[in-house]
Amino acid sequence: MIRDITIGRYFPGNSLLHRLDPRMKTLVVFAMIIMLFLCKNFYSLGLMALVIFILSLISKVPLKMLLKSLKPLIFIVIFTAVLNIFYTQGGQELFKFWIFKVSDKGIYTAVFMATRIILLVTVSSLLTYTTTPTSLTDALEKLMSPLKVFKIEVHTIAMMMTLALRFIPTLIEEIDRIMNAQKARGADWESGSLISRAKALIPILVPLFISSFRRAYELAFAMECRCYTGGQGRTRMKQMKMRFPDFSTAAFALLLFSAIILLNLNFVGVI
Amino acid sequence: MQDSNIKNPIIEFVDVSFSYEAEDDGTQKVLDKINLSIKPGEFICILGHNGSGKSTLAKLTNAIYVPQKGRVVVDGKDTADENLVNDIRQTVGMVFQNPDNQIVATIVEDDVAFGPENLGVAPEEIRQRVDKALKDVGMYDYRHHEPHKLSGGQKQRIAIAGILAMQTKCMVLDEPTAMLDPVGRAEVFETVMRLNKDFGITVIFITHFMEEAVKAERVLVMDDGKIVQDGSPREVFSDVQKIKSVGLDVPQASELCYRLRKAGIDLPPGMLDEEECANAIIKAAEDIS
Repeated sequence: MIRDITIGRYFPGNSLLHRLDPRMKTLVVFAMIIMLFLCKNFYSLGLMALVIFILSLISKVPLKMLLKSLKPLIFIVIFTAVLNIFYTQGGQELFKFWIFKVSDKGIYTAVFMATRIILLVTVSSLLTYTTTPTSLTDALEKLMSPLKVFKIEVHTIAMMMTLALRFIPTLIEEIDRIMNAQKARGADWESGSLISRAKALIPILVPLFISSFRRAYELAFAMECRCYTGGQGRTRMKQMKMRFPDFSTAAFALLLFSAIILLNLNFVGVI
Repeated sequence: MQDSNIKNPIIEFVDVSFSYEAEDDGTQKVLDKINLSIKPGEFICILGHNGSGKSTLAKLTNAIYVPQKGRVVVDGKDTADENLVNDIRQTVGMVFQNPDNQIVATIVEDDVAFGPENLGVAPEEIRQRVDKALKDVGMYDYRHHEPHKLSGGQKQRIAIAGILAMQTKCMVLDEPTAMLDPVGRAEVFETVMRLNKDFGITVIFITHFMEEAVKAERVLVMDDGKIVQDGSPREVFSDVQKIKSVGLDVPQASELCYRLRKAGIDLPPGMLDEEECANAIIKAAEDIS
């Protein structure tokens, strides 16, 4: 179960999406997330779905990996859908049992919401799949740099993100190891009430915390030994440079944005 | 001809004492009046059981710790001078025991670039240094990989490449092979040996594996905060009793010769490897018959 976590996974490749400037990629993905929230009907949402589908084909990230990133969210998707079915008021009533009413509008909203969440996750995992965590955090550092005016330690935040992403797989391995060690001693997480199951997690969390502190301590030593003194005077091996494909991506995002607005106006005249 | 005498020591310990603050009663002495001089290009192995002070000694070489008494001088610079800390760390690079806790980036080449990036090296030069360092440790083909998917030995070689890319003159490795399997251990040790031979990088290699120590130029044995033995592997391992008295083992060949000698067979002391030992035993057997 714990191995399903795909946050920050990178899928090596050399597609157009891989080669785009990470700053532009981040901005466009961010814009697309906003667009997804702006979508009001199935026409605009359908257009987004089509675009995201084409993007995932371009990225050459296997469909299986994209589905994998959706796996931990299945519960949330279903939960939102079910809630929407029952809580949406109005529309034509389809059937009814006890106090629950299901209307066509309810089903419509449920499908709409579920699609939106799936698209949100897919587009953001496309970003992390095609961008190495280092260039992603570099891009965020550059994009956030105006915040320096407000005395925000942009470099420190970016370094924290890099390290967090770097240690996700290490900590997953660690949890796995601790769980196996506890299992060998007869620990049981699968049975019992919710509270007793939550309590059973304590013997996993305590060693995990202790070892994380030790790791942090050693890592700090190692970073100091490699002359790390913060963001001041640092250079970067990989220089980011906006090129023609990046500008065309920006233009494309603008086009997409206008298309969404137009489709939202419902001039097609349905729903 | 007098080359080795002209060279100034790259690392020098002068009467160095170091103690940690203990939790309950005052301080705990870890190093006691250490005097040590290391010449450029030397390959030194430091042996010692747990708590003998060898890790502390390593951490004193690049100003992670500063001695309370005495001085540590690296390439003419005193580690106690806070303004020189970065210079010192550019001279002495360090590799630690746990490979997972010293890799910073999620892609191999980005991690190797971390050191030079911190030093403010120009981007094109970092690229060249990183490529060269990765080729030197034989990990160039893995430059786009994620470190957590590599073996322990490969991770340590990346850590070594990270130090190489900083172009340090000296490399201190604190039990880099302790967490590795035999294959990974050999991989790492041979890499370090080659770097020492090809580029003249001074190496201080802390280990508790005797088969590594016998290949060094010079072996230091530490016990209770003191250096109790200092010499070539042959000199150090010929005194089997002394090594055993500080809780260490000798290489198996030395052990065998020692026992045979005790049993009254005439063998020369200080046998290091199997072949040497076998030849000596054959010779002794021929002498007897």
